[in-house]
Amino acid sequence: MKIVVCLKQVPDTTEIKIDPVKGTLIREGVPSIINPDDKAGLEAALTMKDKHGAEVIVLSMGPMQAEEALREALAMGADRAILLSDFKFAGADTLATSTALSYALKQLDYDFVITGRQAIDGDTAQVGPELAEFLDLPQITYAAGIDYKGDGVFHVTRKVEDRSYVLKVKAPFVMTVLSDMNKPRYMSVPGIIEAYREKKIDLWTADTIKADPARLGLKGSPTKVKESFAKALKQPGQLYEVDPQEATKIILDKLLEKFVL
Amino acid sequence: MEFKDYKDVYIFIEQRDGVLADISLELLGKGREIADKTHSKLIAFLLGSKIKGLTNVLVAGGADEVLFVDDACLEHYITEQYVQAAYHIISSKKPNIILIGATSIGRDLAPRLAARLHTGLTADCTKLEVEEDGSLFSTRPAFGGNLMATIISPDNRPQMSTVRPGVFKKLEQDSKRQGKIEEVKVQFDRNKFKVELVEVKKAEVSKKKIEDAKILVSGGRGVGKDNFPTLSVLAETIGPNTTVSGSRAVVDAKIIDQSRQVGQTGKTVHPDVYFALGISGAIQHVAGMEESEFIIAINKDKFAPIFSVADLGIVGDVNKIVPLLIDAIKDAKAKK
Repeated sequence: MKIVVCLKQVPDTTEIKIDPVKGTLIREGVPSIINPDDKAGLEAALTMKDKHGAEVIVLSMGPMQAEEALREALAMGADRAILLSDFKFAGADTLATSTALSYALKQLDYDFVITGRQAIDGDTAQVGPELAEFLDLPQITYAAGIDYKGDGVFHVTRKVEDRSYVLKVKAPFVMTVLSDMNKPRYMSVPGIIEAYREKKIDLWTADTIKADPARLGLKGSPTKVKESFAKALKQPGQLYEVDPQEATKIILDKLLEKFVL
Repeated sequence: MEFKDYKDVYIFIEQRDGVLADISLELLGKGREIADKTHSKLIAFLLGSKIKGLTNVLVAGGADEVLFVDDACLEHYITEQYVQAAYHIISSKKPNIILIGATSIGRDLAPRLAARLHTGLTADCTKLEVEEDGSLFSTRPAFGGNLMATIISPDNRPQMSTVRPGVFKKLEQDSKRQGKIEEVKVQFDRNKFKVELVEVKKAEVSKKKIEDAKILVSGGRGVGKDNFPTLSVLAETIGPNTTVSGSRAVVDAKIIDQSRQVGQTGKTVHPDVYFALGISGAIQHVAGMEESEFIIAINKDKFAPIFSVADLGIVGDVNKIVPLLIDAIKDAKAKK
């Protein structure tokens, strides 16, 4: 079995703060991590490798710095890493990103492709389905579980708001994974040594994947950011530091005043 | 691409088991405003099996026309079936704008459809504005709600956006409204149906949905697993329009179900009163609840970010205050 996991290096958005005076994002010192949904996708692939034997290839599109995320993936147990990096990819929206990834995937052999449901910086959840369309493969999004039934057939549990679906699909397909599907393993010490000393990361450019430059990066992106702005901060309300009895009375009075009771 | 060939506003109508999703009516409400401003028609497109009975509600909810595809293969949402039906309609009708709910169905369907149409898509919008020439400005949160971005699609049509549930208001049902209802027949390419439904497991929906509650008692890490049932008691004591929700931390800890999660990766709510109990107020959480009418926060840490959005903040131990509050509310109600 061969599995390709697409992963993105993202800023840890829980660490981003807003400058209360300027109202802008403070990005300095914000660590970069493997996007959580993607990391769960990698864990799903590694679990499949443990159970049934598989080659796990990780693929990331991003700046050279994204190599760190791929090293971490290798140290967790991925067999091969490919970094898709080229200034021609810069400024890509989801359509141009999935286009580039689809060209890269056309250079690879695989049984199925895993992506995270969405990345915590963009939160769009669009790259997985768009990628599936460009590869002309069936998609299952919001995956919370996968079982191999033999003979190339998988049962994937798709978990949505009020229900779950068990869906049967035959390889090849694209699956997007929820971060609560599993708990990703840590890098192992031998894994880290191997990832840094022995394994190398393949660097692929727009030429390597034979992509049509008109469909890449800013040029290939139908959507444009017209403007971006930090959210306006609300005026803080009243803050009380009082004993529990007094606090209860304040809340109760407010509820009565609002005719809630 | 000739922009003048692309006109009208199309709303994807989501239903499950023949029940309309609220987001569909919310989008008709917003879509009506956009159609009026751009002097175009508002068209609802509905896909499903045995769903003709839903069409009148869509006209009464604001649609000028309803197009529906009724086919047994659309009984449950499966990507390829729905994308084929939607693509059939969209590629022949050429809308200027397509709006789709940012639910698990919409977020699966919309990007696949956008890729098939080779057009742009803006995800999870919370604000939509349109110019008279039909250009759409879609504003959405990014970076975990830290940043808002306004996205345009200047060179492509149709312009597509998914919209977060709970942001726009539905119109009052007006049964006097007139509209055209038309069935569309689709020739499905069934060879492409590669995903097969084995089983549907419905989660228990006995409790009130959090997006419908007037008052939300929301708990976070500071409440702790053992004390969480007390929040249900508080909700019951306040009244029938009240229910319990929580932050991502308590969902991850499996204390409450994911359907009750408020925030960027959960739901956007705007109840009359929102209790943030033992919730520190990470930006992701705040993104889902800051539009609440009145926010009451209790937290031990007086520097907790939740206090910057709270209308009433109490620095204190939530697990001491909540039981007292339950008794106080019971007393107050008994006196009435």
